[in-house]
Amino acid sequence: MLNDLLTKKKNAILKRWFQSIIDTYHPDAANFLTKQKDRFANPVGYTLTAETENIFNALIAGDFTEPTVSSLENIIRIRSVQEFSPSQAVSFAFFLKKAIREELKPELKDVKMLEELTNFETTIDRLALIAFDIYSACREKLYDIKVKEIKSRSYKIMERTNIFIGNTEQEENNDNS
Amino acid sequence: MSERFDKKPDELVQIDHKPPRKSWMDPKVEFRRGFFNYSANPKSVEYLGLPYARKWQPTDADWKLPPNWKEIILDGLRERIHRFRSLQLFMDICVRCGACADKCHYFIGSGDPKNMPVMRAELLRSVYRKEYTAAGKIMGEMAGARELTVDVLKEWFYYFFQCTECRRCSVFCPYGIDTAEITMVGRELLNLVGCDIDWITTPAANCFRTGNHLGIQPHGFKDSVEFAIDDLESIIGIKTAPSINRKGAEILFVVPSADYFGDPHYFGFLGYMALFHEIGLDYTFSSFASEGGNFGLFHSHEMMKRLNSKIYMEAKRLKVKWIIGAECGHMWRVLHQYMDTMNGPADFLEEPVSPITGTKFENAKTTKMVHIAEFTADLIKNGKLKFDPTRNDAYKVTFHDSCNPARAMGLLEEPRYVLKNVCNYFYEMPENTIKEQTFCCGSGSGLGTDENLEMRLRGGFPRGNAVKFVKDKYGVNMLCCVCAIDKATLPAVVDYWAGDVGVCALHELVGNALIMKGEKERDTDLRGEPLIGKEGGK
Amino acid sequence: MNIFLSLIAVLVLILIAWVGAGAANLQFIFGMIMPIIGLMLFLGGIVYRVIKWARAPVPFHIPTSCGQQKSLTWMQSSKLDNPSSSLGVIGRMLLEVLFFRSLFRNTKMELKNGPKLVYGSAKYLWLGALAFHWSFLIIVIRHFRFFTEPIPFFVNFMSSLDGFFQIGVPVLYLTDALIVGGLTYLFFRRVVIPQLRYISLFSDYFILFNILAIVITGILMRYFTKVDLILVKQLTLGFFSFNPVIPEGIGSIFYIHLFLVSALLTYFPASKLVHMAGVFLSPTRNLANNSRMKRHINPWNYPVKVHTYEEYEDEFRDLMKGAGLPLEKE
Repeated sequence: MLNDLLTKKKNAILKRWFQSIIDTYHPDAANFLTKQKDRFANPVGYTLTAETENIFNALIAGDFTEPTVSSLENIIRIRSVQEFSPSQAVSFAFFLKKAIREELKPELKDVKMLEELTNFETTIDRLALIAFDIYSACREKLYDIKVKEIKSRSYKIMERTNIFIGNTEQEENNDNS
Repeated sequence: MSERFDKKPDELVQIDHKPPRKSWMDPKVEFRRGFFNYSANPKSVEYLGLPYARKWQPTDADWKLPPNWKEIILDGLRERIHRFRSLQLFMDICVRCGACADKCHYFIGSGDPKNMPVMRAELLRSVYRKEYTAAGKIMGEMAGARELTVDVLKEWFYYFFQCTECRRCSVFCPYGIDTAEITMVGRELLNLVGCDIDWITTPAANCFRTGNHLGIQPHGFKDSVEFAIDDLESIIGIKTAPSINRKGAEILFVVPSADYFGDPHYFGFLGYMALFHEIGLDYTFSSFASEGGNFGLFHSHEMMKRLNSKIYMEAKRLKVKWIIGAECGHMWRVLHQYMDTMNGPADFLEEPVSPITGTKFENAKTTKMVHIAEFTADLIKNGKLKFDPTRNDAYKVTFHDSCNPARAMGLLEEPRYVLKNVCNYFYEMPENTIKEQTFCCGSGSGLGTDENLEMRLRGGFPRGNAVKFVKDKYGVNMLCCVCAIDKATLPAVVDYWAGDVGVCALHELVGNALIMKGEKERDTDLRGEPLIGKEGGK
Repeated sequence: MNIFLSLIAVLVLILIAWVGAGAANLQFIFGMIMPIIGLMLFLGGIVYRVIKWARAPVPFHIPTSCGQQKSLTWMQSSKLDNPSSSLGVIGRMLLEVLFFRSLFRNTKMELKNGPKLVYGSAKYLWLGALAFHWSFLIIVIRHFRFFTEPIPFFVNFMSSLDGFFQIGVPVLYLTDALIVGGLTYLFFRRVVIPQLRYISLFSDYFILFNILAIVITGILMRYFTKVDLILVKQLTLGFFSFNPVIPEGIGSIFYIHLFLVSALLTYFPASKLVHMAGVFLSPTRNLANNSRMKRHINPWNYPVKVHTYEEYEDEFRDLMKGAGLPLEKE
């Protein structure tokens, strides 16, 4: 029953959700992110629009699997290199709760509906937790990249001076096995 | 960190805040980790004989500016207004139409309005108006004029080191206003009071002293080349014999120094050596001019000239006939648009003629320096090279136009022509992300540091996004480019945004496909990766 | 805030002319002195600006290349977007000045999110700018019939072309409609698009309002509160033959129109409007991409401190010797 309602009001909810995410940006940036529809000229806005919809569809369908996680990843990968604190970066998941509650205000007077929503919100909480995992993974990736970059910048020098001793040993071990 | 926990609970949950609407005239910026570069090491500043060497960091409240800093900057600005028509004109004629606004990769990736090219210029323009225009003096803020204060200076530092001088905005501007010109002058002014970043000053000092940006000394350079000879021999079975500092060679070959010690640059370096060996080119490297990439370009016109001078000096000393320049974006900006003017005339050299094909490179008549992609394309067109493109079959390749060869030269079709000849799978990225509309790697002009990583990834997002698109659509797994900074920094960009896409030099693919006289049967490509069909082992 | 201030400023200008030429009877000042000052400042100012720019050297050869360079003979080069000859540069400049080539650039789009017109605003800017600038030019040329006797043929031709559709009496000039449309668009995009609102200054709005007010008073005179053109022409011909006459009975609206034009002329050279002249001097556009074929000279190319090979060898001689690298001095 809640699902029908969510499906019916999907566009309105998505719009609210998107807007609340956009509101975390500078107002001037927000306008650009909303208006420019080309995915190459405005990849941030495009990703947000497309992926929030994918996530929402998955939530309604109760089909929270790998593709949904990668949708989530696509958003967080962007937010983890923008000037957000960790909490700000993943907060957008919670905004969905607010968007739904605001959009379904009249319907939620029905106790049964409210109960269903509370259950549904548990899934959103799960979404947020996964988001946090992804955020951490993205930040770890950044540190990985940093290390890799420093290595490859002077790749040959390090190889020659045997700074990669650890690696060489490992390779030898691999060869032996 | 602690201040975040000092907040009251309701403040803490208030994370969906809208930043207060401020006028752009407010110069306050916050230097956050990951979004700025560290200040220059005073030793490097001193070595180059630059003023006001001192220890400071952008995050300090007090930047220890000289007491008369304001006078120094305003005098410097006045002098530059008289020296550069571009600057004067670009200060005067912008109509703020906004055509450039959403063309900057930093703006697209961050949404920070001061990253709109028009705003970046306006940061300097506002001070220009205040000091040098009647309207600005009389009407003040109404005419967009602003007093030069310490905060304005800090804002300059923040945003002029957030511009990669890629010139994409100037393609779309109806008057051709080029933010690179403004950024270059902005950085020169900052340098006058000793505010530079380390990843520009220290490499510049190294280049000045040893000839290359990591400070590798002559014997180290020789070692590098010898290692490359060995590595190449183990793959192709031929011992190539490039020379160093040899007088009387026909051609001086100048590479960006990353080519002989960076990954993946190095494999392109092997490619050059294989190619030159195959055609029997009479060429020499120089340990003195062992860096084509010019960190001076990111610093000041004067530093650019000081570093660039080595190339002609060395060509003259070694009595070569002409010069070939390897794959490098900023290097070619300088070689194509500045070198002859700054350090020419190169009347001791001859007009370049390919010794293999006899082609006269009319387009390099006075500068006497030819881009290796032009040189190789000519060889291929004249049927001088034999290729087995299937050796590159493991790669589905796309080509990233590097900003400077694209927008300050127009080297678009030469590398594509070469690519189409050496590999079977080549796919273009969408049209508004290539050629003159190409997106920057986000790390150009000296911003490719690890402390600036978040900012760079943000700036590299439009490029990464387009790569991801061709990856998903065609299965692209290799991004080819002709720029040392691209090769150093795009791996991070594509790793983060697209994943599982490599970055390679054009001449790595050339070297892979090149069929050489007397070569052994190749099992691997230049990276040592087994060729398709040869995975079985040795 | 800037919008209101600039609107008020233009209204004040109108009020000054209205009171001055109407109530205070200062027609001579508003019909003669002000236009003379305006015209002189305009001409003098533009000349001053251009000389000032022209005196600043172009030290480096920095064209922005927007297409394939001319390199190998068999490779098709882009002659207009990346010209290598003067002819190509002239072509590029003409495309830029007459058709706003660069603004037109946002053309091709492959993938869209939804069926919406992508990059619409960028294209509209090109259209709006074209409509405004071309109308402005044609209107200025049309006005020559007030300044010249006999009226040159091209002015009449332009006017009849402009009124081609023969709508209404007097015939509606197409450019009158286009310029109002163009200006309105240019104004609204500054207000509506937050990016532009963020960058817009008082003067940006002020100039738009000033020109719009000129256009509106002109339209009012032509189509509604008709002004006696014979009298107007008497005044202007007197003006240009240095034989000033102020005929009685031209309505105040004419003086308002004229005063607004005088104001525009006065600040023109000190404002961003100098892009009209400046566009021709832009070194990223008006240079051929031939810097490796022809040496560009920098007039202030001063000597700098370089690191010579001798200094380098002196520092590293032993190491070079050890590595077997050739030396100048053993």
